[in-house]
Amino acid sequence: MTATAVRPAGPAPTDLPRGVVPMPFAKAITAGLRAALAGDDKVLLMGEDIGALGGVFRVTEGLQAEFGEDRVVDTPLAESGIVGTAIGLAMRGYRPVLEIQFDGFIFPAYDQITTQLAKIHFRTAGRIELPVVIRVPFGGGIGAVEHHSESPEALFAHTAGLRVVSPASPQDAFTMIQEAIASPDPVLFLEPKGRYWEKGDVDLDAPVGVGAAARTLDHAAVVRPGTDVTVVAYGPTVHTALAAAKTAADEDGTSIEVVDLRSVSPIDVPTVVASVKKTGRCVVVHEAPTFHGVGAEIAARVTEECFYALEAPVLRVGGYHAPYPVAKLEHDYLPSVDRVLDAVDRVLAH
Amino acid sequence: MTEQQDELVQLVGPDGEPVATEANAPYRERAARYLLDGPGVTDAEPAAQRVRGLYRDMALVRRFDVEATSLQRQGELALFPPLLGQEAAQVGSGRALREQDYVFPSYREHGVAWTRGMDLADLMPIFRGVEHGGWDPAAHNFHVYTLVIGSHALHATGYAMGVQRDGLVGTGDAARDAAVVAYFGDGATSQGDVSEALGFASVNNAPVVFFCQNNQWAISVPTTKQSRVPLARRAGGFGMPGVRVDGNDVIASWAVMDEALERARSGGGPTFVEAVTYRMGAHTTSDDPTRYRTSDEEESWRRRDPIARVRAYLEAHDAWDDAREADLQAEADELGEHVRTQVRAMEAPPKSRLFEHVYATPQAQVAAERAAFEAYEAGEPASSPFEGLLETTGGTR
Repeated sequence: MTATAVRPAGPAPTDLPRGVVPMPFAKAITAGLRAALAGDDKVLLMGEDIGALGGVFRVTEGLQAEFGEDRVVDTPLAESGIVGTAIGLAMRGYRPVLEIQFDGFIFPAYDQITTQLAKIHFRTAGRIELPVVIRVPFGGGIGAVEHHSESPEALFAHTAGLRVVSPASPQDAFTMIQEAIASPDPVLFLEPKGRYWEKGDVDLDAPVGVGAAARTLDHAAVVRPGTDVTVVAYGPTVHTALAAAKTAADEDGTSIEVVDLRSVSPIDVPTVVASVKKTGRCVVVHEAPTFHGVGAEIAARVTEECFYALEAPVLRVGGYHAPYPVAKLEHDYLPSVDRVLDAVDRVLAH
Repeated sequence: MTEQQDELVQLVGPDGEPVATEANAPYRERAARYLLDGPGVTDAEPAAQRVRGLYRDMALVRRFDVEATSLQRQGELALFPPLLGQEAAQVGSGRALREQDYVFPSYREHGVAWTRGMDLADLMPIFRGVEHGGWDPAAHNFHVYTLVIGSHALHATGYAMGVQRDGLVGTGDAARDAAVVAYFGDGATSQGDVSEALGFASVNNAPVVFFCQNNQWAISVPTTKQSRVPLARRAGGFGMPGVRVDGNDVIASWAVMDEALERARSGGGPTFVEAVTYRMGAHTTSDDPTRYRTSDEEESWRRRDPIARVRAYLEAHDAWDDAREADLQAEADELGEHVRTQVRAMEAPPKSRLFEHVYATPQAQVAAERAAFEAYEAGEPASSPFEGLLETTGGTR
């Protein structure tokens, strides 16, 4: 491991796997959690069913057996209690990493997250830091019942004091979870559960950044360069945007540049602006409803910063202003490759 | 686990008379250092000194409370929540704490702050509108006030779980073993967070004491509309001892808290204490109790004033006199003067505080908005708030 700075305490993780290994998205997070637990004995995992079961998505599989019940803690079934006690543990010097079982189950903890976790640093004039990570499997596409497919990021991004991030690849998941744990600020870590089983190469020796300049989670990435239209996405829709870009290139030679935001709070505005100034057109894609969503913020920023470079209005592709639908209709609600391409056609028509 | 008792633990009655019953015998024994008579007391002077100390604490805290209320009336404070009437519960419980213990207060624990050694003027920036917190929690192991009812019961529980993991429970070293206390009121017991805290504390056997001051009123709503049963009975369902104490009896409050803290520090787990007291004043300076409670009720509690009770206890044992009272009042006036002077000197923070400490590490959105704000304040022409950032990150424009 190259990033010794994030692992100041605890035994050297000598037995951790090394090198480039193909693994599913979910297991890349497991590997990142394992590295963090091995590297700093103040890191604790807390959540419902994360011990013997390994979590309902098995992201914490094997970690309780390896690190013990005091470090991988099966909590009572109470989300506000999980976040509230994590705040107290963080005040005492611990780095709790919480699992909220599903996106739709986070709301009992909403008060503790937005009123306490996000604001105690400000309230105490910087005297208290709360390095708490809240992992949330989010988004749809898995054919689930109600409350298991939501995308609540805008509700949290609106709260100052929180960071809100979402990885889109196994490599980023591995790196960003470790950076989030090392962050002195609270981080809402949104895991695109529909992508949990997608495999990718993960370099287990990849550097883990410390400080804003070095951190992956502070920087958007141009994951596919292009010249005609910028498509901005994060989390689960990066994959959709890339698929749309490939289709467009194959079918009519349209060159789409895909920007993976990685972080929705803060937003790496300069990277987005640089891309749109080059292409002159912008489409934002997310699963969350577009109304009052992250896409609206990006559209406003792009309009402010790129007004004279824009050839067309900024368009948004996302969920509708309706509760998340039944599973049999979710693919009509979620942004698809076709809906992205439709928006691309509309901005190109200007 | 002790059996649930609805009966109040009381050691000194409202007229200052000692109370000795079979039920309170363990607490009488525990509180021997404060007892001025009874079996085993041969030389009452050391105890009298200690009781005079408690009386002084309570009188000074009340003087502070009166001063702060006046400062609000004079327009020097935006708001103030008086503790009037709760001095015994706070001073008694607070004096049972050790230096290494840690307190999570609500927003009315001025008396506990005093017992932690805080300068009470440091409580005022919040109510003057110049700070959200105002003091360093680590300086006296006294966390900043939490205004959202009950939220901090979970923080206290988590902190106690940390103390436990740090190996500071049950070592037998009196200078190391630590307990954590969450102070809250009767209204807070209806909050889900308080119930969750009781559950987490119980299953973790966390070294935490839940000290509930049942002051009868959650603003305008009486305790009878929060619970059908005595609040201390909440403890039983969570598997921890619940104790009801006369919160206007400072010695009983000390004894009950001392027992609970000892249990926590020694690894015996959490305790729920219900201190039955009365908010003699308004909820805050913005409140008007005449709209929801009778003067008869207020009068009946005035007769149970916790400070008059200690004084009567001392006087009945020839342990107080006019000269001592005059000295104490002079000290109280000095404290009032100190608080008044300090408050009047508290100025608004610089405008830069709008943007400081939002995050522990630099955050692009805050940096951009701060730059735009400063440019606007300086009268500079409007520019892109991200202009400078674009250059520093080397975006390919």
